[in-house]
Amino acid sequence: MTVKHNAPLGLFILAACLVLISALAPAAQAITAQQVTSPGGLKAWFVPDTTNPILTIKFAFRGGAALDPEGKEGLSNLVSSLLDEGAGPFDSQTVQQALEDQSIGLKFDSGRDEFSGRLTTLVRNQDKAIELLTLALTKPRFDSEPVERIRAQILVSLKRNQEDPHAIANRTLFKTLYPTHVYGRSTDGTPETVAKLSIDDMRNFVKNRLAKDNLIISAVGDISAEQLGQRLDQIFGDLPARAASWAVDDVVPISRGQTIVIDRDIPQSSILVAERGLMRDDPDFYAAYVMNHMFGGGSFTSRLYAEIREKRGLVYSVGTGLYPFDHSALIIGSAGTANKRAHETLSVLKAEWKKMATDGVSQNELNDAKTYLTGSYPLRFSSSGRIASMLVGMQVANLGIDYMQKRNGYIEAVTLTDIKRVAKRILLADNLITVVVGRPEGIVGTN
Amino acid sequence: MQSCNFISPPRSLLMMIGFVLTLVGTPSQARVFNPETFTLKNGMQVVVVPNHRVPVVTHMVWYRVGSADEAANESGIAHFLEHLMFKGTKKRRNGEFSEIVARNGGRENAFTSTDYTAYHQTIAVDRLEMVMEMEADRMTNLVITADQVEPERQVVLEERRSRIENEPGSILSEHLNATLFMSHPYRNPVIGWKHDIEGLDIDRILAFYKRWYAPNNAILVVAGDITAEKLKPLAEKYYGVIPRQPETLRQRAKEPPQQAERRVTLRDKRVQQPSWQRVYLAPGVQWGDSEQADPLELLSNIIGSGASSRFYRSLVIEQKLAVSAGVHYSGDNRGPGRFIIFASPRPGVDIDTLEAAVVKQIETVKQQGVSKDELERAKTRMLAEAIYARDSLSGGARVIGSALATGQTIDDVENWPDRISAISLDAVNDAANSIFNIQQSVTGLLLPDDKS
Repeated sequence: MTVKHNAPLGLFILAACLVLISALAPAAQAITAQQVTSPGGLKAWFVPDTTNPILTIKFAFRGGAALDPEGKEGLSNLVSSLLDEGAGPFDSQTVQQALEDQSIGLKFDSGRDEFSGRLTTLVRNQDKAIELLTLALTKPRFDSEPVERIRAQILVSLKRNQEDPHAIANRTLFKTLYPTHVYGRSTDGTPETVAKLSIDDMRNFVKNRLAKDNLIISAVGDISAEQLGQRLDQIFGDLPARAASWAVDDVVPISRGQTIVIDRDIPQSSILVAERGLMRDDPDFYAAYVMNHMFGGGSFTSRLYAEIREKRGLVYSVGTGLYPFDHSALIIGSAGTANKRAHETLSVLKAEWKKMATDGVSQNELNDAKTYLTGSYPLRFSSSGRIASMLVGMQVANLGIDYMQKRNGYIEAVTLTDIKRVAKRILLADNLITVVVGRPEGIVGTN
Repeated sequence: MQSCNFISPPRSLLMMIGFVLTLVGTPSQARVFNPETFTLKNGMQVVVVPNHRVPVVTHMVWYRVGSADEAANESGIAHFLEHLMFKGTKKRRNGEFSEIVARNGGRENAFTSTDYTAYHQTIAVDRLEMVMEMEADRMTNLVITADQVEPERQVVLEERRSRIENEPGSILSEHLNATLFMSHPYRNPVIGWKHDIEGLDIDRILAFYKRWYAPNNAILVVAGDITAEKLKPLAEKYYGVIPRQPETLRQRAKEPPQQAERRVTLRDKRVQQPSWQRVYLAPGVQWGDSEQADPLELLSNIIGSGASSRFYRSLVIEQKLAVSAGVHYSGDNRGPGRFIIFASPRPGVDIDTLEAAVVKQIETVKQQGVSKDELERAKTRMLAEAIYARDSLSGGARVIGSALATGQTIDDVENWPDRISAISLDAVNDAANSIFNIQQSVTGLLLPDDKS
């Protein structure tokens, strides 16, 4: 219902969440995860929770939309919408009705770097839930009716996105940052590529991409470790041992201070700025995380919020986020403002970018940021689904199972000097690429 | 600071609540959230919803005032005030409230709907007392100045641009509501009309604040790792000392009998994908024939919720005319409800063809009703959702807060599963027979502007 930071970055938020959500932790109150190894040798991170008779299993296969073959962009996204549309002996309607009648949540999602899924079920319905998930992963049918129906839905959503200001800005930004790399493509594909995807393509995707050696699993809920192990073998045991080999090159985003204006007759300009960020395993990542919080990540307390919204009333939403992908990293800022105030908004944004890089922050600002980031950690554990997502995110980022106990220590260790160094390192205002969609007054494209 | 979240125009707003209420179900005999409640001497009701997974609480204060309580020419004042509540008080400077919450690891926000305004923080339970003191302080001690109001007005106007003016679908929704409700204030958008937002001044905003923000017009809901026994002394200490104010009556313009079908069409060159919807004026839990509210909820679930529902199956899967189709019923607000049918055509399908097929579906439901089997399956689904609802920290607080703020009782929430279980097939089919009265409806079309 409500949005604080509007979501020009919506497409990419999921990827970031996988990492950032797992980025907090108070020593005393953290939930403790255990590793469960199934009889068949599958490993999962598990948090038992008997509060409610619910079981959540979340999983991800490394290698996401970035691996869609050239000319077949949108393949993983299409497959993610089709796995629950008929499998094994059950056609689409049989599966959908079973899911609904037994209140089973089954959802697949295709991100840039992972193909993920989530099963949520009442404990009493787990047999059916696990049967449906197992079939979806191993025997999807791809019957022509659901394939053409879902294809039509995706084509319509791509068409909608063609005139959605945030989507236009996002697409343009990534295309420009990564002109020759797969990260520059839309994860959902284009109308041309989606129209051409064949059932063989889909079958190949399942055969090549869903395997045990690129699989990450977490579970939260009312089940014993032993039972969970058996369930894991049941669900994932028949997957191939290895996914087809793959490689995605690391890439440095290209941002050289360009400004791109996309003309649209709308009252509010949608603004995105971006440049290179830090990879998740960079030694300065935590410093960057804390710095970003003070700069534009903290909702009502960030500098950008204070200067652009609170003091000047230029926007409803403004902020920045760190986006560490597997093979590249970005910091992205966003704002939306009336066309006639777009120039002022962008000027203040860039001035703050420079100021942060030059002056750093005060000890008080840093202290406040740390108490927020460490103290708000337990708030992340607000539902079993969120905990399961965090456990997968931690594994995706190659963090330890004790990460939740250690994480606040990493935040506490960040010093003023670290902040200053990292701000100088990544906030390069002159390099920022700027994309504006609308009729911004006083902003001219550089080419 | 801040802001807001505002639950947008009545439409998505009501849908959201409908959704939340749907989540409330539970197997009979079990209650839903098992809350504890008591009332302070000054009339402020307090509710505790236990959830002990982590040592965290969600603290919410709900005011029984929303956009539907605004006077003529002041649309948006409830929402504007919500933004200004994050400025200073007699005790605290501008922005201090949010700084303190953040420094203590808390998250906060607020939202405004047609029927209520609510402020909330989620924070470690050992900081609960601190946020209670601050929330109680701003109930009566708000200080706002002209140099704060003007930038905030611009923020609200940007919010309006972002939510409405940049979104053709939202513009159509505003027109639909203004057409469906001929007199009732649900016709005005929660965020307000642009010209009204531009005209609101401090005196009117403060008068609105003084009139509506009082303990006897507020509800405190705390969910999480807490009990009523522990909360009570704190509630008395911080909220209990605020003097009771004169009672405020929620007097809203009444809706006259509706006798004409209406049609609203928005053609906009930004529209890439056409869509069709029909909104019927509907009874709600507190408006019109309220006995029909629960049957209508079941009906909407059966015919229009999910990929195995009738509308989706027929229009999307079998006839291949639509990419999406479904139904929303919003009946748990204080005023009139709405029963909404929507569909969007597959590429190449004419909107008139789609409309004819949807109307045929509506007629079938109206004439033939639904089956016993469909009803029983819908009941099972809805009741199972209660267990999921209990899993979330703040879900229960939101459901109970919105119910109380709109005039329902805790029993209404807790008995919902029993009521749903008891609904008969006749009751659902009677509701199906009476809801689809085209003279009490607006049909809305969102179309590309082919001329441009």
